[in-house]
Amino acid sequence: MIHSLFIINPSGDVFLEKHWRSVIPRSVCDYYLEAQRASPNDVPPVLAAPHHYLISIHRGGVALVAVCKQEVAPLFVIEFLHRVVDTFQDYFSDCTETIIKENYVVVYELLDEMLDNGFPLATESNILKELIKPPNILRTIANTVTGKSNVSSTLPSGQLSNVPWRRSGVKYANNEAYFDVVEEVDAIIDKSGATVNAEIQGYIDCCIKLSGMPDLTLTFVNPRLFDDVSFHPCVRFKRWEAERILSFIPPDGNFRLMSYHIGSQSVVAIPIYVRHSLTLRSNGDQGRLDLTVGPKQTMGRTLENVALEICMPKCVLNCCLTANQGKYSYDPVSKMLLWDIGRIELPKLPNIKGSVSVVSGADTTGASPSINVHFTIPQLAVSGLRVSRLDMYGAKYKPFKGVKYVTKAGKFHVRM
Amino acid sequence: MTDSKYFTTTKKGEIFELKSELNSDKKEKKKEAVKKVIASMTVGKDVSALFPDVVNCMQTDNLELKKLVYLYLMNYAKSQPDMAIMAVNTFVKDCEDSNPLIRALAVRTMGCIRVDKITEYLCEPLRKCLKDEDPYVRKTAAVCVAKLYDISSSMVEDQGFLDQLKDLLSDSNPMVVANAVAALSEINEASVSGRPLVEMNAPTINKLLTALNECTEWGQVFILDALSNYSPRDAREAHSICERITPRLAHANAAVVLSAVKVLMKLMEMVSADTELVSTLSRKLAPPLVTLLSAEPEVQYVALRNINLVVQKRPDILKHEMKVFFVKYNDPIYVKLEKLDIMIRLASQANIAQVLGELKEYATEVDVDFVRKAVRAIGRCAIKVEPSAERCVSTLLELIQTKVNYVVQEAIVVIKDIFRKYPNKYESIISTLCENLDTLDEPEARASMVWIVGEYAERIDNADELLDSFLEGFHDENAQVQLQLLTAVVKLFLKRPADTQELVQHVLSLATQDSDNPDLRDRGFIYWRLLSTDPAAAKEVVLADKPLISEETDLLEPTLLDELICHISSLASVYHKPPTAFVEGRGAGVRKSLPSRGVVAEETSTQQPTVIPNQESLIGDLLSMDIGGPPPAPAPSSNVDLLAGGLDVLLGGGPEPGASAAAVPGGASGLLGDIFAVSAAPASYVPPKQCWLPADKGKGLEIWGTFSRQNGQPRMEMTFTNKAMQPMTGFAIQLNKNSFGVYPVGGLAVGAVGAGAGAEAALPLATHGPVQRMDPLNNLQVAIKNNIDVFYFACLIPAHILFTEDGQLDKRVFLTTWKEIPAANEVQHTLSNVVGTADSIAQKMTLNNIFTIAKRNVEGQDMLYQSLKLTNNIWVLLELKLQPGNPEATLSLKSRTVEVATCIFQAYEAIIKS
Repeated sequence: MIHSLFIINPSGDVFLEKHWRSVIPRSVCDYYLEAQRASPNDVPPVLAAPHHYLISIHRGGVALVAVCKQEVAPLFVIEFLHRVVDTFQDYFSDCTETIIKENYVVVYELLDEMLDNGFPLATESNILKELIKPPNILRTIANTVTGKSNVSSTLPSGQLSNVPWRRSGVKYANNEAYFDVVEEVDAIIDKSGATVNAEIQGYIDCCIKLSGMPDLTLTFVNPRLFDDVSFHPCVRFKRWEAERILSFIPPDGNFRLMSYHIGSQSVVAIPIYVRHSLTLRSNGDQGRLDLTVGPKQTMGRTLENVALEICMPKCVLNCCLTANQGKYSYDPVSKMLLWDIGRIELPKLPNIKGSVSVVSGADTTGASPSINVHFTIPQLAVSGLRVSRLDMYGAKYKPFKGVKYVTKAGKFHVRM
Repeated sequence: MTDSKYFTTTKKGEIFELKSELNSDKKEKKKEAVKKVIASMTVGKDVSALFPDVVNCMQTDNLELKKLVYLYLMNYAKSQPDMAIMAVNTFVKDCEDSNPLIRALAVRTMGCIRVDKITEYLCEPLRKCLKDEDPYVRKTAAVCVAKLYDISSSMVEDQGFLDQLKDLLSDSNPMVVANAVAALSEINEASVSGRPLVEMNAPTINKLLTALNECTEWGQVFILDALSNYSPRDAREAHSICERITPRLAHANAAVVLSAVKVLMKLMEMVSADTELVSTLSRKLAPPLVTLLSAEPEVQYVALRNINLVVQKRPDILKHEMKVFFVKYNDPIYVKLEKLDIMIRLASQANIAQVLGELKEYATEVDVDFVRKAVRAIGRCAIKVEPSAERCVSTLLELIQTKVNYVVQEAIVVIKDIFRKYPNKYESIISTLCENLDTLDEPEARASMVWIVGEYAERIDNADELLDSFLEGFHDENAQVQLQLLTAVVKLFLKRPADTQELVQHVLSLATQDSDNPDLRDRGFIYWRLLSTDPAAAKEVVLADKPLISEETDLLEPTLLDELICHISSLASVYHKPPTAFVEGRGAGVRKSLPSRGVVAEETSTQQPTVIPNQESLIGDLLSMDIGGPPPAPAPSSNVDLLAGGLDVLLGGGPEPGASAAAVPGGASGLLGDIFAVSAAPASYVPPKQCWLPADKGKGLEIWGTFSRQNGQPRMEMTFTNKAMQPMTGFAIQLNKNSFGVYPVGGLAVGAVGAGAGAEAALPLATHGPVQRMDPLNNLQVAIKNNIDVFYFACLIPAHILFTEDGQLDKRVFLTTWKEIPAANEVQHTLSNVVGTADSIAQKMTLNNIFTIAKRNVEGQDMLYQSLKLTNNIWVLLELKLQPGNPEATLSLKSRTVEVATCIFQAYEAIIKS
């Protein structure tokens, strides 16, 4: 299991270490740093050092490196590390070097509470928050005055109940339950505009603020869409299997209720198209770029926050373009062309064109970049998924309920 | 108000400042001071000097302060063992506290303090806590047992903590069960003997399955991993476990999903293949595996490494999911490379068009490593999916036209493989390849190009010029290019002897006189002698047909794959090596294997690809082809094979490999003659003669005899000695009915034997006579009659004389047969005092009609896969495991008629020692 954890900043300094067993010298991180130097953005997640295994994740500009000594399930460690980052984000709203440094003691207390001897102990945010109160200025002042601490001295009630994810004695003046159905379209579109691969990665994220022990059932109009789902532990799997409804006692606060995947087996609507032409050698050192973006299969909704990212071939020096909508920028170092379009209002189609200067004499064959497309479509779940109703049992009040749909681009690539 | 304030220092020095603050009367100030200490510790500053002052703060009712002091203690107790003893009393007291949180915290912290003196005091509180009324304390105590085991395993065993831990497996609280399982697994893993200390049985498994549904995600991983170590008694039990585990596939935690996949993959082996369960499971396994690919890249990487195993074991599961493995351009490189690997594994005629389109796209990307692998992948597709070969070749040609240096080089390397697979089909593209000759700068590409030029020298008009241009810088070339050049020039010479004599002399002298490389020198000498002795024979040797490459992807060897399937989700699955190969402190005896299906129906032929060399060994294979390649279908009478085989023995298995290299070129015909002489009579092994009939029982007639096999016919060879005073005449022989239907053809050709004289007789045998089972199986009862009396004796037929010449199986057939034969029909045998290399053994065996189908090297062990056929059409499949330097070898035998095993082992052992 996990022996030690090191947190490393991008410049290669270890700024936090925590050992759950015997102390392992931080020099073990050299193996990680070596790999990082070799390929700064692509450090393999599992590295073998002579006597240890380094399993790492990279998030928010910091790397978390777990050190293990024995055979261990790497995914177990990776999932746990992601959970650590999630917890930090939950507590401190972000997980950066500065924030961790500012909250060393809480971070240390948290790590100690999350893992014992390398075995996960308490990772549910509901339980952790009962054990260690998240820092906020008001409480800190109150604690200084009253001499209280932000560490609870009683055992969290949820820890051992059948619903470990929910704390007991929850009380709200306004009872609310919000569901966000988020769908991300992952697609690869080839040069000619044909779809090579398209999938939908969907999530239902909830924000539930309900008093007592509510028991919820969420029903869908068309549950047959799902062929591949994964659930928060609170969902009763048997009922899903039998009736295709989600029945659960929710955790308190924000959590992901389910995620689903609509795969390459079914047809996925592609809500946007990009018409592109890039010639790198039309006359002398000048090439031409011309891009037009338009909606397609949006079911009458508007495309918002549209942005295109193109990593231009190495030979491109600069771009001089005019856009009829939005702003563009080109970074000659990273060769990244960014065109921020915003909303697409029909009938006007956003277009950008102009000249591209190329290193003279450079070899331009075989250089075909990809366009990374971003967009959001509010009030639409592109798969057609709809929630039909939400019922609540086990509580007497009437909650306020809401469902929001949004479709976004996930890894949406158009090849040029 | 953040913690960064703890790092501000004053002039007097940090430690001094902290010391006074820790000893302050004010609680608040004390706490702040401890926080400062912890903050310094976190960043790795040494604050151990404050040990006594911090420990003094331990006696407090403030839980936060207590926790902080505990954190400090865990870090520094080791360096200050005497001081740490001061804390023991507080720990013991805390273990009796009324607050379960404090009891748990105390026992937990005590376990983390790795100081012997403290450990002694830990036993009593731990025993109590394991029986605590509060499950939270019990679950913490369970982990503490594992901690204690790590410090002192004997104490855990002596104090009976293992039994207490086992009791916790049936605890009412699922969280306690999960932690007990985790602790036990860790103890099992760490146990010195390598044998699990705690075995799972059916009732425990049942309890675990119940707890599985209710415990935390991490607990589920522990329980699933424990379940994967359990082998159900029968298919029904496996079936029910599968059903209870399947819901875990829909868990949000990737680790849970993968552990569930592991258990299911393992249990699927137990259930017969045609049941509905297997098809249902196969269907249910695909979506969760695909879903893992939309998680974070780190999760994707581990998932892909595991999917790689799943796809090899059960290609059906993901055969429709090709598209999800298409590479996104901003995937990290480690994900891209893995995806590519799986794409090739899934490539089939149905999806090849799509795959090729993608691969071509990847070949124009920026990342050089990825582009190279993509180009290689195209070649692998050509070899794997035969009908698509043409498309692949034209795609490769298009890529060559891009003139991107590394693309061209990779393309040439794979085209060489394609030529090997489809000879005389795509040679029209050679001219295009030749255009790029000058741009090649990598040894592998150069070697491949030279091979192509040599192989097709008769179609390339200026082949001599091309090769000559390479020769200019001969000494600067890499060894593999040099070897290829040598061979290519010799080929050229044999094809166009008229105008290339000078060239071949030049290259031979370069290789033999100016080179330090023994391989090159040896090969040079061999060619030289061959050419000078008998150019016709040389032609047959050098230009012999090459064995075809069957398929190309580097599949894992089946036994290793099976073992890795048992380790899905672990580090072993990421490295594709068994844990014994890399995990420290692991006993060698804990290898896991897939459960066998037992009596249940045989697997319906799952299409398993043949054993395949990987890229690296392929080129090596090619290079050594002309001398070393194992003959594909040995026909003992053909000259070519004799030479190939004979030379192989000479080069590989001979006691002094350098001897031939030292000989003077030119004067070598004698030596070569020797080689021919030796290998011209490749006798199968004839056991030494034994005394079958001693003179005192044969009334003066003594018979020594043995069996041999010549020209495809078994023979009985006997020496008759007359030790009586009178001549003996009228010899005749009869054989009793026996297991193999052996009977004499013709009579015994022995005339009169005078007193004190002797006679030799060879009796040809046939094998389709009447059959009667004997014990032992190879027992043969013989009756010899002469003018004096009739004598009876029994002898044992060495099994190898019954091995037929057509005993070679096709690779594919071998693999499917091996899989079809149930594991119950596998017998293992350890051969001791084995000498010689795998090659020399294979050579010896071939002479005795035991044919080597494939040879692999796995973790330094040589594996030989062999087949043989007995005269009564019983096929026997063998796997020989050799470890260089170890005189013991393991021979596994599989046959539908497993009774023959004993006599085959005897014969094998005899041959190997001959």
